[in-house]
Amino acid sequence: MKVGRYILVLGALCVALVPLTGATFYVQLVSKIMILAIFAMSLDLLIGSAGLVSLGHAAFFGVAGYGIALLSPKYQAASFWWTLPVVLIICATLALIVGLLVVRTSGVYFIMVTLAFGQMLYYLFHDTKFGGGSDGIYLYVRPELSIAGWRPLNLEKPTHFFYFVFAIMLGVYFLLSRIRVSPFGHVLVGLKANEQRMRSLGFPPTPYKLGAFVLAATLTGLAGYLSACQFGFVNPELLSWHYSATVLMMLILGGVARLHGAVVGAFAYVLLQELLASQAIWGGIAKHWQLGMGVLIVLSVLLLPNGLTSLVDRLSWLHFKAN
Amino acid sequence: MSEHGLRASGLSKVFGGLTAVDNVSLELNVGAVHAVIGPNGAGKTTLINLLSGDLPPTAGSIHFNGHDIVGYSSDRRSRLGIGRTYQKINIFPSFTVLENCRLAAQSRKSHAVNVFRSVRSYPSLKQEAEQALAAVGLEHRARVIAGTLSHGEQRQLDIAMSLATRPRVLLLDEPLSGMGAEESTNMVTLLRKLAKDHAVLLVEHDMDAVFALAEALTVMVNGRVLASGKPDEIRGNPDVQRAYLGTAEVRRG
Amino acid sequence: MIGPPSEFLIQLLNGIQYGLLLFLLASGLSLIFGIMGVLNLAHGSFYMVGAYVAFWLSRELGNMWLAIPVELATVLLIGLILESALFSRLYHRDHLQQVLLSFGLILIFEELRSIFFGDDVHGVPVPPLLRASIPLTDTLSYPVYRLFISGTCLLIAGLMYLVIQQTRVGMMIRAGSTNREMVQSLGINIKLIYRWVFALGLTLAAAAGMIAAPVSSVYPGMGNQILIICFVVVVVGGIGSIKGALISALAIGIVDTLGQVLLPEFSGVAVYLLMAVILLWRPQGLFRVA
Repeated sequence: MKVGRYILVLGALCVALVPLTGATFYVQLVSKIMILAIFAMSLDLLIGSAGLVSLGHAAFFGVAGYGIALLSPKYQAASFWWTLPVVLIICATLALIVGLLVVRTSGVYFIMVTLAFGQMLYYLFHDTKFGGGSDGIYLYVRPELSIAGWRPLNLEKPTHFFYFVFAIMLGVYFLLSRIRVSPFGHVLVGLKANEQRMRSLGFPPTPYKLGAFVLAATLTGLAGYLSACQFGFVNPELLSWHYSATVLMMLILGGVARLHGAVVGAFAYVLLQELLASQAIWGGIAKHWQLGMGVLIVLSVLLLPNGLTSLVDRLSWLHFKAN
Repeated sequence: MSEHGLRASGLSKVFGGLTAVDNVSLELNVGAVHAVIGPNGAGKTTLINLLSGDLPPTAGSIHFNGHDIVGYSSDRRSRLGIGRTYQKINIFPSFTVLENCRLAAQSRKSHAVNVFRSVRSYPSLKQEAEQALAAVGLEHRARVIAGTLSHGEQRQLDIAMSLATRPRVLLLDEPLSGMGAEESTNMVTLLRKLAKDHAVLLVEHDMDAVFALAEALTVMVNGRVLASGKPDEIRGNPDVQRAYLGTAEVRRG
Repeated sequence: MIGPPSEFLIQLLNGIQYGLLLFLLASGLSLIFGIMGVLNLAHGSFYMVGAYVAFWLSRELGNMWLAIPVELATVLLIGLILESALFSRLYHRDHLQQVLLSFGLILIFEELRSIFFGDDVHGVPVPPLLRASIPLTDTLSYPVYRLFISGTCLLIAGLMYLVIQQTRVGMMIRAGSTNREMVQSLGINIKLIYRWVFALGLTLAAAAGMIAAPVSSVYPGMGNQILIICFVVVVVGGIGSIKGALISALAIGIVDTLGQVLLPEFSGVAVYLLMAVILLWRPQGLFRVA
């Protein structure tokens, strides 16, 4: 898979160079995509490794967003260094509680029960005054990175924020790749492939699935935290199943169980959306970009069943055959 | 009497209106193979499922290590030292042979919870896996993708995986099914070797293998024990001959 | 707060009507998912199609009844085409791919709706024949049309039961869900059965949309909203079980309707809480099938 690796590195370089173009719009767009990529990667840990499809994961994304919004003083910057750990701990604890209940189910029932809990949290934020109801709340000032007077980056500046998110995205990528080759990661894959056999070999499924669930939720929370910082606004829609489903689409589009699939899928989906919705290119019909998007998605399922990243496999196979 | 392995007393399993296993008792001892034979539908696989924990019994007890393990889950029983293979081959076809065993070996180590270090950095796991492969004679195929192995080799791998968990008891469900003559002979040799250190329960249709290996024999028909004892006694038992052995139902390999 | 018993009765009847409508939708989904193992998120889109066509027919022809057979036949045809062109290729593949495919279809349907009908909310008039109300008390009466909805759903439910339990075709369908290869080896064309089950399931969804339109109005996203509840009904009832779908649909319809009246703040949560509780108690749904 040497070809694939080169493409990835090249891609990462291209992304890293975006701020140098000076176009703030693209800097912010790619920041948004990278945050979604983190979300998608965390979902891949659950789905690709553990085989647990969760339709309620956006709840952790939203809870983290509300977390930082509520923890921040109204017109001042909160400190990143304590707000992030607190928000992540909240997500992890919530995931532990929900996970203990949910992990006993499997297959489509797991999908539905995670959906149920996701929706319950959605309605909690939507129907009560707790988080400002359906209006949501604002985060006026992004967190501060200063410690002891030293300020490595000013998150208010789009370029700084961009590289901050970029670094975190790379960090998450490497973390998850380590997990995949770790003993824990192997057990997850085994459980996904054949749970009965794994049990007969002495592996209790619940602790591992729970671990994957909590880990994934924590990373999703990280993405939610960053997203709230970027947009300065959180509302209940962040917790909806629709949002969970959209990120799931990105993951499937890119290719499940390959970490870079999540990243590729996020970029592909959002960039395609931007392309199709561009009035500059399509004029009036750009309003109906979802039609083109839908058609492309249907085509990709029929032609590239293992996601966009499998295209590289096909190409290198063809290359191999040609020689 | 050799060391106690596992003892089941009065095991029964009822599914709605059907009694799949009816008051079955047997004993497994280390160093011996106890074979269970009977026509299809006699309840043999259900019996193994009861012993391994894949199914809970409706009645009866199972003693192992001085405890009644009837309420224990299958993974807990495995950790106690009860290993099994299934009628259908249950390996992980996309992993290599070595990776299959290494995964099995992980269950006995606390490393399995480690999230950060690569699984390759645990030499003991590799050693355990290699030992298990050597025990079944597959060590030269370690790097092969498991899905490409021959049928007989896959069955050997299945057993190696169970061995990597260091069981004391081995519950084997038709390990010879689907094998040709040569593969069967190899498997019989392997089983005889394994029996020296394990208490083996063997469910099989291959009568040659059964009579070559078994020290104790139980015949099941319709969920009940028709006869139980030493192979020669069973062979001479008229009920057994009528019900099972003497008829054309007997399959050889 | 609920006042006198007659108000409660009205809400209860509404709940039952909503439940029966959900059942109509959910039974199609349960059949498709239970028998064919196909996860089709675009099921809700067909509900929307049915509703919008009813809206269009009532606008163009002044009366939605005349062209119902034509509309249902069209949906059937679309269903057959969709199955043969798209979904039949995905039977052996991952559920995730089916999810992605149907998601793509949802986008396409939503956008087509936007192109043809715009994005506004529209009311659909109740057909003239059914505009009466049945008086319950001095001041309260219950609309006949809602009773009509309940009645139609029950009728269709009865027909489905008869077909599935008492006919040869129904038996083949039931057999096909438990052992596909066996049925094929008996010379029965399972592919044909699947195709028709799929198309009929979608037609049921469209029919539900049609008869619900005067009561629910038509609006963007109506398909997605009801899809989720529909899945809840199917899973709670037990996948593949029509009986389960009926009971869980009624339960959910009543809980949701009464919930909105009694505890408006928690009504959204109520249904999901119910599902979570039931699934945690019975992980395979109320009446699991095999």
